[in-house]
This record gives sequence, C-alpha cells and structure tokens, in this order.
Amino acid sequence: MAKTILAVDDSVSIRKMVNFTLKSAGYEVIEATDGQEGLEKAKSSMVNLVLTDQNMPRMDGLTLIKSLRGLPQYATVPILMLTTESSDAMKAQGRAAGATGWMVKPFDPQKLLEVIKKVIA
Amino acid sequence: MTIELSEFYQTFFDEASEHLAEMESLLLGLNIDAPDFDELNAVFRAAHSIKGGSGMFGFNEMVEVTHILETLLDRIRKGELRINEAMVDAFLQAADIIKGQIAARQGGDSIEQSQVDCICNTLQQLSDDGPAIASAVPSPSESAASPAAAFLEIRVLREGSPLAEPAPCDWLVDNLGGLGQLEVVDPGEEPGKPAFLKLSQSASVDAIKEVFAAFVRPEQVEISHTAPAVPVSTPDEEAGYGFFTTPEEAKSAAEKAQLENEQGFGFFTGTVSEPTAAKSAVEKSVQEGTKAGSVELFEKDTKPPHQRGPKTEDRPIQKGASAANADTSIRVNIDKVDQLINLVGELVITQAMLAQTASEVDPMLHEKLHNGIGLLERSTRDLQEAVMSIRMMPMSFVFSRFPRMVRDIAGKLKKEVNFKTQGEATELDKGVIEKITDPLTHLVRNSLDHGIEAPDVRVQKGKDPKGNLILRAFHQGGNVVIEVQDDGAGLNREKILAKARERGLPVSDGMAEQEVWQLILAPGFSTADVVTDVSGRGVGMDVVKKNIESLSGRIEIESYQGLGTKMTIRLPLTLAILDGLSLRVGAETFIIPLTAIIESIQPKAEDVKTVAGQGEVVQVRGEYLPLTALYRVFNIRSRIRRPQEGTLMIVEADGVKAALLVDELLGQHQVVIKSLETNYRKVPGISGATIMGDGRVALILDVTGLVRMSKEQGGAVFSNWQDDEEDTQEASTTVNNCRQPEDDRKEDEQATLDKAIQAHSRWKMRLMDILGGHGEKLNCSEVAKDNVCDLGKWIYGRGEKYAKLPTYRQLKDLHAKFHRCAADVVRKHEAGDAKAASTMMASGGSFDEASKATIGLLMKLKAELDSVTNFTKRSSDESVSNVGYSNRRYASQT
Repeated sequence: MAKTILAVDDSVSIRKMVNFTLKSAGYEVIEATDGQEGLEKAKSSMVNLVLTDQNMPRMDGLTLIKSLRGLPQYATVPILMLTTESSDAMKAQGRAAGATGWMVKPFDPQKLLEVIKKVIA
Repeated sequence: MTIELSEFYQTFFDEASEHLAEMESLLLGLNIDAPDFDELNAVFRAAHSIKGGSGMFGFNEMVEVTHILETLLDRIRKGELRINEAMVDAFLQAADIIKGQIAARQGGDSIEQSQVDCICNTLQQLSDDGPAIASAVPSPSESAASPAAAFLEIRVLREGSPLAEPAPCDWLVDNLGGLGQLEVVDPGEEPGKPAFLKLSQSASVDAIKEVFAAFVRPEQVEISHTAPAVPVSTPDEEAGYGFFTTPEEAKSAAEKAQLENEQGFGFFTGTVSEPTAAKSAVEKSVQEGTKAGSVELFEKDTKPPHQRGPKTEDRPIQKGASAANADTSIRVNIDKVDQLINLVGELVITQAMLAQTASEVDPMLHEKLHNGIGLLERSTRDLQEAVMSIRMMPMSFVFSRFPRMVRDIAGKLKKEVNFKTQGEATELDKGVIEKITDPLTHLVRNSLDHGIEAPDVRVQKGKDPKGNLILRAFHQGGNVVIEVQDDGAGLNREKILAKARERGLPVSDGMAEQEVWQLILAPGFSTADVVTDVSGRGVGMDVVKKNIESLSGRIEIESYQGLGTKMTIRLPLTLAILDGLSLRVGAETFIIPLTAIIESIQPKAEDVKTVAGQGEVVQVRGEYLPLTALYRVFNIRSRIRRPQEGTLMIVEADGVKAALLVDELLGQHQVVIKSLETNYRKVPGISGATIMGDGRVALILDVTGLVRMSKEQGGAVFSNWQDDEEDTQEASTTVNNCRQPEDDRKEDEQATLDKAIQAHSRWKMRLMDILGGHGEKLNCSEVAKDNVCDLGKWIYGRGEKYAKLPTYRQLKDLHAKFHRCAADVVRKHEAGDAKAASTMMASGGSFDEASKATIGLLMKLKAELDSVTNFTKRSSDESVSNVGYSNRRYASQT
C-alpha cells in the first residue's frame, strides 16, 4: 500500500513541485497551504510522513509540529521540517517542537526523496 | 530519475508576481512615520517567499536581490532600523528589478547586471547607514526565533555610593540605555545586594565604565560576559539524543552536525540507523493503532507574536488562485469562457424563436407547452447572466496600477497629489477591462500633467498645495461609468478655441461648452506649450476616444476654469448584449441602442426645413437638428419619404444630437450582438447584426457614425454613399425581396434561356429514341423550322432587342442549323438510311456538333445578358450565402 505524505507549504510553486516529486516516486500526497490546514488534514486522515515549511500564515511550522505531537496518533510519525536556515537556534527549536529531522531550503528534489527514504519505506 | 522542474516555473512566476504586487501595494500604503507592524511583516514575508521559491528553482539572480531585500526588511520589522522614504523607494525599485528578472526568464530582455548591482548596493547602503533604533524597550521579535544573544552583566553595589540616591540612577539608566539594550534585572534596593543590569554586547566595556565613572570607581563595577545560551539537551527530553551531554558525544554530535550542515539535512534521533527504529516504531503504532507510550507534551504555545492578521483579506487586490484562495477558485483559459458565452448566446436566440413560434399556437390547447417555454426563457436568461458574470472582474484590476503610477509621475513633476479611488468592486467585462486601461492611464496622466498645478501655484490661487485626483467607478442604468476628476486648473476655453482655429477646425466663439471640450479629442490636438515625456504630444486624446468608441462607449468632459476637470467614460456592461429599440424602414428591421436614444417624435411638416447646402433640419424644442432619412442612407424602398409621415428618432452621440427618420417603432428588445465585420465586412452606419425572434436578421445602427455623417453633410447623406451603395444594397436587400416590374421580364428571359438549354439538350435523346425504333413520330419539315420551339419564338420575338450582340446573331444561325440537322436525321431514318442517321448523331457527326455548339452559345448568351442588364438575384438562399450570415438554419425570406 502506498505511503501518504502530508506536504505543508504556503508557496504554490514549491508545493506543486514537491507533490510531483513525491508522486513520481510512488507516494500519495496531501497538500496544505498553512499549519492550520495541515493540522486539519492530518486529523482527518492518517499520513505516514509530514513535510512542513516554517514561515506560513495562520499557523507556522513549529506550532504545527507541536500540535501534531500532541495528537496520540502522531506521536511518532516522522516529521521533517523544511527550513531556510540551519542555525543552531532553529535546530533547537525544531527538536524541542518534536520534529524528527530537518532539511534546508532550497533543496534538490532528488535529495528530498533520499532523505524521506531514510525515515519511511 | 531526474525531476524536471521547468513545468513549475510558470506557477512560480505567477506566484512571485502576486507577491511583488502585494509588496508594492503594501509599501505604497505604509505610513512611514508610524508603520503598521503587520504590514511590515507582510512585506518581509512576501520577499522571503520569493527568495525561497527562486532558490528552489535555481534563479540565482533573483536570490541575490531578494536576499538583501529580505535582510533589510527583516531588520526593519524587528525594529532594529527605522524605515524611511528612501528605503521605500529602494524597495519599489528592487521589486521592479525582480519583475524584470522574471520577465527575462520568461523570454524577455535580460536585466543588465549593472542595474542589479546598483539596487543591491543601494539596499546595502541603506542597511549600513540606516537610522538604528536604540530602544530601551526590547524590540518586537519572535521570542521563539531569536537566538539568545550574548549580554554583558553589570553588577554594582549602590550602598555607600552616590548611586544610593534614585536621581543618579535614573541618569545612569538613561545613559547606559544609549549604549545598547538595557535590562534592569535587579535594581539593587536591598542592602548588601548589588544592582544587576544586563546590557547588550554592542556596548563596549570601556564605554560602560566611563558612564559609571561619574559615580563610582571603575573597580566597583563588575562587568562580565554571559555565555550564549546553547540549546542543551538532556537525556530526559529526547530518547537517545545526546548532543552536548558528554564531550565524546558532543564531538561526534558536532562532527555529525558538521556533516549534516554540509549535506543539508539532519535527524534529531541520533545516527542514521535511528530513523529505522523510528520507522518501525511508527509502523508498529500505525498497525496496532495503539497510543504511543510517552506522549511528549509540547511547550506552551509560543505563537509567533506577529502573525498575519485578518487585515490581509480586506485588500482590494484579488489574488486569484493564490495560496489563500487555492480552494475557492480555478484558472480557466479565456477561450473556453468565450466559447461558452457564444453557445449561450445561440441558445438565447433559439429560445426566442421557440417563444415566438409558441405564441402563434393556441395557448389554451397547449398550456403545458407555453409553461415549458416560459420556464425555458427564465432558465436561459439566468444562465446567460451567470455566464456573463464569469467574465466580469472588479475595477480593482484596473485601479491597482494607479497608486504607484501616480506616485512616480507626481514625483517626477514635483507635484503633490492626493490620489483616491472609489468603487473598486464595480464589475466589468474582462475584455472591456483590458481595453480601458490605456485610455484611463492617459486621462490620469493628463490630469497630473496639465490639470493639477504645482504646489506653489496652487497656494497662490488659494488652494491646498496638495491636489486631489479621484478615480471613480459605478453602475448606472445598464452602463458602467468611470470618472477621472481633478481639482486642478480646468480646461482653458480660449486656448482650445485658438488652437482649433490654428488647425483650421470650424469653430465659433459662441460654441457650446461641450462642443469646445470635445475639440480636444481631435487627432493631433494639444494645447501644451511644452511636450513633456509624460504627455503633450497630442497623440493621446483621439486615441482615447477611439478606444472608448470601439467599446461602444462614450466620453464626456466637464470642466470649470480654476476649479478642475472631470472626464466621464460610459461603457456598456457587456460587449455581447444590447438593449435596443427595434424599428422599421421599408421592409427592413433595424435596432438602435437604447443608450443613444433621447426621444422619438412625430414631426409636423412646418417643423422641417431645408437649409441650403446642408440638407434638411427639423426643429425640436427650439433646437435645429440635422435630419437624416434612413431609407436614403441605406437605399431602401419605403412608402414613407417625408418626415411628417413617419417617426423621428432623436439620438445623441459625441454630445451632438441628430434626428433619424424611420417608418415606425416596433418594440424594445434585448438582443445578442453578432459581429457584421467578422461575417461580412465593415459597413458604414452599421455596428453589428442580430437575429430576431422570427429568425430574421436585423442590423444594429451605428449611431455615432450616422450622427457624424449627418453633421458633416447635412441631411442629404446618401450622396456620399454612392461608393458603398452596392454594399448597403447587398446588406439590406439580401433578406428582403426588392422587386421592380422590370425584374420580372428579366427573370423570364433567364428562365427562357434555361429552358432552352434543357430542351435542346433533350433533342439528342429524342432522336436516339427514334433511331432505336421507339420514339415519337416527327414531321421533318416541322423539325426543320427554327421558329417553332420556345427558343425560336424568343429569338424572333423579345430576343430581337439583342440583335446587336454578336452572340445573338451566332445563336440565330446555329439554332437554325441545329434544326436542319435534326430534321435531316429524321429524314434519313424514315428513308431507311439508319447508318447515315447514326453517323450524324455520333460524336463528331454534324448533328452532334451542331447540338454542342448551340448549347454552348446559349450559355454564353445567358452570361452576357446577365452582366448587361444586371439581373438582381432572386433567391435569398443564394444571396444569404453570398453575405455569409450564419442564419443558415432559419427560414429565408423570398
């Protein structure tokens, strides 16, 4: 059964690109334009992995991650944060929020797939 | 597997363009002195998004610009720098550069590197020189995001020193605050406890000591550094992630971190093998659906304090399919929409025809049919409205570009302008919006250049130095009205009249105001003393007028010297449907747009006068209006030739009135406009066509054109139409039968020749039958006569008049020969000479040759007679296909 990935980013073009990349690798994809929508979609259907941007309207990435971790079913689902900077502070916050890992933007779509493979099949 | 990114480029370009537009709008609306934080944040985020996307797709030149832009904006939104006009200008310029870069990527000209470098330098400069905000209040920053900065810790015992008093302390705090961010952790009131202050590292230790020197000795002040807060993880927080706990782990963690930084990603659960543990844990929990053991409670929601508020939704600029609206709109190719509108238009016509037919049927007997038709009509109208509304867009699409433009131009002209827009939500057909932008731009430029005066001039006149420019849009009676109004100098009547005289235009001192203003719409007209690069070349206003007229609209001008000018543009709501009045001239139906009609009257004979050299005029309420008889214009036979017998339609175009003579008014209709130009060609006086309920074609009058012509040449318009007579004739007579007595005869002749061709072709058959033994009995001498058959009768009868034609003479001879040959064949047959008879009949035989020649000549004669006497085509099927109306389905008129 195909794994489902939730991709959360407020940029249409990046979402489309990530969607295409993931789909061509055989994953199912659910998109959300901000943290709020991402949380709602994650609640309504279970996903196997969450990719989230940081800076988004309504609810940002860190808040989304924290909220997801607050849901029992998402306690251990891999969550990767996509971040424009890889500073210690950012990493610290991410870890504190409960992210599984991080990936810096901009990224090569191929690399995204490799990283994802490390956490889900 | 390589992922092809180019497919997503266009989406990024669209997205980036929307971000840029938003940035621009926000920047223009910013209050420099007290900028709204949400707005600053929004500008930053727009730049940040563009940078993110351009990085993703490898557009490094954009990354370069957006990076500096973003950095500067970040400092401003964090309160580290105060924003000023120069920065706003630079931001707007940067946005332009990025716009250009996007265009370049889409195939346009590339931006010169020097321009890019220039703006980058400017931004950098502004960042370096910018007015830093030294605040005693901690600047607004996302508490979650800012890395814990290093501080200087200052401890000083107040007891026993001048600092024991409050006054010196206040002074101290003020002065220390000037060195950096100061925080008074402990004021040191308690005896024995030193005051504890924290000061940002930007201050130097010496400077601090100097401040204290006024009150205490240097050694009494203890200054130390705090180590930067490093996120230390303890084994309790996460299982198996020991970043900084032991040196070895810290080292390997540090090495791993190094590796991670290089590769661009990393995991918090330790080594790469850990994720697999996480993997299986997840799978397990998903499969079992059990709750995970320890649920990690997250920290209190530290919402970034400055999220985008609901304000963003209020902005008039629509985002289309942007992130926020992704669920509520889709992009559709405009061709599809046009096709839809076309099909619905056809549906409306068909439905009208059905309704017409149904009305002829007894309603009592067919009640259900009538009800059904009624329902159909309502549904069709609703559908039409709904479909039309797809193409409707708010005026904000047009208005949005003006704030920036006005700012730039006003700046260039050193004028101060208050720019306002009203009615941005007013909706307009997309096609109209696209075409109205240029004319409006020109009018706005004119107001700025010629209308609004320089600030000092205005003050001299007792006006506010800041001029007012308003763009207004609203609906009024089936039209959209757009007004451009300024409180500037107004139009100068004398100057305009003088200029008009110079150019030889007919003017008089007593001319009506409206007419004087309309002069500026003439080609090449400009009263500007100096041609600026903004306007004044005199190529604008007439183009504006043409553009508006091409949208079936009008432009009106109102102006008061010293007070200002108002330009009003009136446009029909949609290009495809027209509210009109149908009228009859002769057997023709025409439609006049309702908006052009002022009134209709039945004139009295004494009100109509003929003015020498100008044609007829009619007196209406004291005004003399030029009278144009439509039957003359379009060459239609009508029983009504004198004004008093028919109806006069008083119409207005370009501020000028005229009277059109028609037979009678029929009714009011809402019609679907079909283009005459695309189906046939441009015909003067006609702006389009439509199909009425009974299937007939009605032509829509071009009132502006008619009025113009009637003004120029008086009532006797038709004399100028001779060249176009054929066209108007064809256009108007194709659906009707315009027969005259002579035509009957001509048609008979045609018919005779046709019949003759047929009859003489049959001779061969008849003779073959006879030779075959089963034909009729023919009398040789009768056959030999060439004046017995219909053709013969004609040749010796009515055809005589063509005696001069060589073809006629040839035919006469050949026809006689034909009959002699035919008789010969019969004789030979009766004489029993079958062989000779068949030889004559066979190809090349005398009869065969004669037959062919005769028929050939008959056809030639027919063609000649056609052109000489100008036979009017009879069948309207033929003529309709000539003109090419798309009413092939409908019954044609004969």
